[in-house]
Amino acid sequence: MSEHDHDHHHDHDHSELSETQLRVRALETVLTEKGYVDPAALDLLIETYEKKVGPRNGARVVAKAWADPAYRARLLKDATPAIAEVGYAGRQGEHIVALENTPKLHNMVVCTLCSCYPWPVLGLPPVWYKSAPYRSRAVSDPRSVLADFGVALPKETEIRIWDSTAEIRYLVLPMRPGGTEDWSEEKLADLVTRDSMIGTGLPKSPKEVAK
Amino acid sequence: MNGGQDLGGTHGHGPVKPEPNEPVFHGEWEKRAFALTLAMGMPGGWNIDMSRFARENRPPAEYLSMTYYQIWFAALETMLKERDLVAEDEIAAGHSLHPAKPVKRTLSPGDVAKTLHRGGPTERDTNTKAAFKPGDKVRAKNINPPTHTRLPRYVRGHVGTIERIIGCHVFPDSNAAGAGENPQWLYTVRFDGRELWGDDGDPTSKVSVDAWEPYLEPA
Repeated sequence: MSEHDHDHHHDHDHSELSETQLRVRALETVLTEKGYVDPAALDLLIETYEKKVGPRNGARVVAKAWADPAYRARLLKDATPAIAEVGYAGRQGEHIVALENTPKLHNMVVCTLCSCYPWPVLGLPPVWYKSAPYRSRAVSDPRSVLADFGVALPKETEIRIWDSTAEIRYLVLPMRPGGTEDWSEEKLADLVTRDSMIGTGLPKSPKEVAK
Repeated sequence: MNGGQDLGGTHGHGPVKPEPNEPVFHGEWEKRAFALTLAMGMPGGWNIDMSRFARENRPPAEYLSMTYYQIWFAALETMLKERDLVAEDEIAAGHSLHPAKPVKRTLSPGDVAKTLHRGGPTERDTNTKAAFKPGDKVRAKNINPPTHTRLPRYVRGHVGTIERIIGCHVFPDSNAAGAGENPQWLYTVRFDGRELWGDDGDPTSKVSVDAWEPYLEPA
């Protein structure tokens, strides 16, 4: 186990993890032998979420909304069909709502009860999103959570937390950074981070991308 | 259930620790556990609300000490055993020892893309009228079912405002129990931070939950 993995699974000793690894392998064999699963379908599911579906999808949606006022209006009115226009739809994104950040209002998304997350636009959630520290404090002390991400908002900014308790999935539309007026959609997408679409981060500055 | 999963507002979990350049999966077993969970939905015959209950229904100390894919995998084992699709001796042996039970459908590689694209929409047609409208004051009921519910403890008993009528959606409390979809009106309900957390709350914060009509009463 690498140093990196060790740090990530700091709460679990090695034997516990290897027991899980063995059981997962055993169960896959049993389910395959019984004809319940096809390992080729499993490979495709993994490939889909490792290679095809991820925050780059959401970044394209955000960049399009920044560049095209008519698209922005459609996205904010009814996000599911607007996102489907760009080619993203399906599991864990059946009903999507886009949330517009403004100088007065900052939106942040959490699922306090499990791990609900808009898969078609952001991919699978990072470990911290599913973790107790985030799920516990996002709703009660959002500014301290933002501080964990190095984000400090003006004192007067209203923070709105969306707890994803049903099958509605939320995508934050962050504010477009200044100095990007003549930028193409493709270039704008490079500014859009995963965390800025969850509300725990802000888009990159034009300078950061130029580096 | 008032279990380890209902984390909103609890203390002592420490700081959020984002992992720089985090991979989608941490190790091969997470990939397989994830894919097995998705692929078994069809032959397993359970719904997403049953899956969520299988994940949360364990001692809180256990829930909080497991990684998320460990929770997913433990729930998958539970659901398979409950339906006699797999037995413990088979997992221990690493091989099928008993005849397979007939299942309705399995996921073929050719069906993966369209199955994911279709997803599982939860909005349903209804002849009923929504009892609340935007702007109405509502109180989240003080309910404490030991079964699956999606009304977090931190809003129970508190007064909020209906912000939006979302539509009529499958009711998890029924669906998780195998009692049918029982669709109900679903609303976005907004609460002031101070209403939820008193003087310890952030006066500039507002929190919303999506709540089904049976969770709410006029205030």
